[in-house]
Amino acid sequence: MAKARADIKPSSPNTAQVVLGFLGFRHAGTANWTDNLFFGFSRLFALAIIAMTIVLLVVLFQGADESIRKFGLGFLVGTDWNPVSEEFGTLPTVIGTLVISFVGLLLAIPVSLGTAVFIALYAPVRLRTPLSYLVEMLAAIPSVIYGLWGLFVLVPVIRMVQIWLKSHFGWFFLFSGPANYGTGVLAAGVMLAIMITPIITAISRDVIRAVPRSQIEAMYALGATKWETVWNVVLPYARGGIVGAAILGLGRAIGETMAVTMVGGNAFRLVTSVFDPVHSMASQIASEFTEATYSLYVSSLIYVGLVLFGITIVVNLLGQLLIWRMSKGRVTMLE
Amino acid sequence: MSMTTDTVGISRKSLAGARAQFQARKLTDHVATVFLSACAVLCVAVLLLILGYVVYRGAGYINWQFLTALPKPVGEAGGGVGNALVGSAVIVTIAVLMAVPLGVGAAIFLNEFPSGVLGRGIRFLADILTGVPSIVVGLVAYGLVVAPMRHFSAISGAVAYAFIMVPIVLITAQEALRLVPSTLREASLALGVPRWRTIMQVVIPVSSRALLTGIILAIARALGETAPMLFTAFGNPYWNFDLTKPMATLPLVIYRYATGPYNDWHEQAWAASFVLVVVVLLSSILTRSVLRNKFDA
Repeated sequence: MAKARADIKPSSPNTAQVVLGFLGFRHAGTANWTDNLFFGFSRLFALAIIAMTIVLLVVLFQGADESIRKFGLGFLVGTDWNPVSEEFGTLPTVIGTLVISFVGLLLAIPVSLGTAVFIALYAPVRLRTPLSYLVEMLAAIPSVIYGLWGLFVLVPVIRMVQIWLKSHFGWFFLFSGPANYGTGVLAAGVMLAIMITPIITAISRDVIRAVPRSQIEAMYALGATKWETVWNVVLPYARGGIVGAAILGLGRAIGETMAVTMVGGNAFRLVTSVFDPVHSMASQIASEFTEATYSLYVSSLIYVGLVLFGITIVVNLLGQLLIWRMSKGRVTMLE
Repeated sequence: MSMTTDTVGISRKSLAGARAQFQARKLTDHVATVFLSACAVLCVAVLLLILGYVVYRGAGYINWQFLTALPKPVGEAGGGVGNALVGSAVIVTIAVLMAVPLGVGAAIFLNEFPSGVLGRGIRFLADILTGVPSIVVGLVAYGLVVAPMRHFSAISGAVAYAFIMVPIVLITAQEALRLVPSTLREASLALGVPRWRTIMQVVIPVSSRALLTGIILAIARALGETAPMLFTAFGNPYWNFDLTKPMATLPLVIYRYATGPYNDWHEQAWAASFVLVVVVLLSSILTRSVLRNKFDA
């Protein structure tokens, strides 16, 4: 496409051209000053994306500045969150976030992967597209509606499950503590599992589709069953991309706010049992920000946001990298 | 998969063993098929369970009054979400006005004026920006607009939405422009049409449906976001058309009502969810039918 550029030499530049050229509105190979103007504007918009990113970082660092000065990196390992004595630390919420995200991931991976394999290789061709649509529709439901549904439908069910677990396996250390609230690690984990299933399914499906047909045919030719083909060829071949999909799912889970705020129980403490109420970084910001009464409190919440931002970026980059390597850029995050 | 044949002739015993092994492999295959179908059924069942419950609880409450009236004070029956519907629409419209020129303009730069490192870097940033948690976007809009103004406002909500929409519009627009055959551009350039007119009058019109699809996708994504609205638009129980004042939005109303203690609020939360789900899913289905899934191609 780029080669199609009209190669006309500029004859004598007019005044507008000189002025615009001075301002950086210049595009090699075109004589038309309106073209330069157009190019300049589109580049301006593109540079605005860079500006947006810089603004995002500057605003976050500026907002967190007071808290960063006061607590430094000790904030990350601090276990106190006491607005009265002005002590702030974020370790329990970081751990809470990771715990519920991993519970979500643990539940979501087998189901998502199973669905992805089913859609890509098992389902009748006519069913594949509708099935993909339906699973991706799960991603379109707003998270506040997940929260509402979770609060009134899922939590009572989880409560029954928890009471049953407590009475039968109460000796197990993960099932200690009061089981009869329903909100907590387990509810938040199940909620997150439902919410990240579509992204893991969609990406795994695309990655599985990228496995060369010849490899699959070769397995069949050797007399392998369909499952043996999936297990020995398809999944190992797609492994990098599937891990990437799971990591992107993790990134989504870590940043999820509303559903976790509504079903997680919102308690600031180190979780020790799957029944414990929990705060994620996002849910803590959501539930406390408008109640933060003095600047250090606000600043500390923005610091939590900065930590959350950092963790999500690292996780997303890792996932994106794995998928790129596997699919050579054909599968993107938005899909 | 290995079979045991000890001598030239296959003994009756090893034949039986091989048969048993084959049966076991077939059984494993069947079990796997059942498991994989069960996964897919589970996903669809969960979707239907959630949507079905929202329709079951919410649809009955919908009437003209609910869609147009203001919320009533606690304790009084009735009331509606009219101001929240209008508020959502107003805030999203302003966000679209900010995000679409920016996103499409940047996409034009990336696709029509390929510039190596700069282009790749910007696309990379856009990919990163889609992954920023929405609550963090809320914090940024707070620091950027609310803190300097010293009060919550609709405009800060629009800024937050714009932050969410820009990368989505950019990425979908770039895909849309990429699908325009380069022969069309070359034909136009060969006729002596300047590049900017080629882009505005050939490339954009040809890709307009796909561009629109991306914009609708971004709107649908933004409309359901609650977290960035909590401390930007904030919510408002009254009619408000002043952009510098707090404004009600639909997801905020759902959140407040759902976490509140009153039964009537819960009913209204379901009804408001029904409205939101219909809007979001309709636009999602709309975009699906216009922009065919890559998977089919």
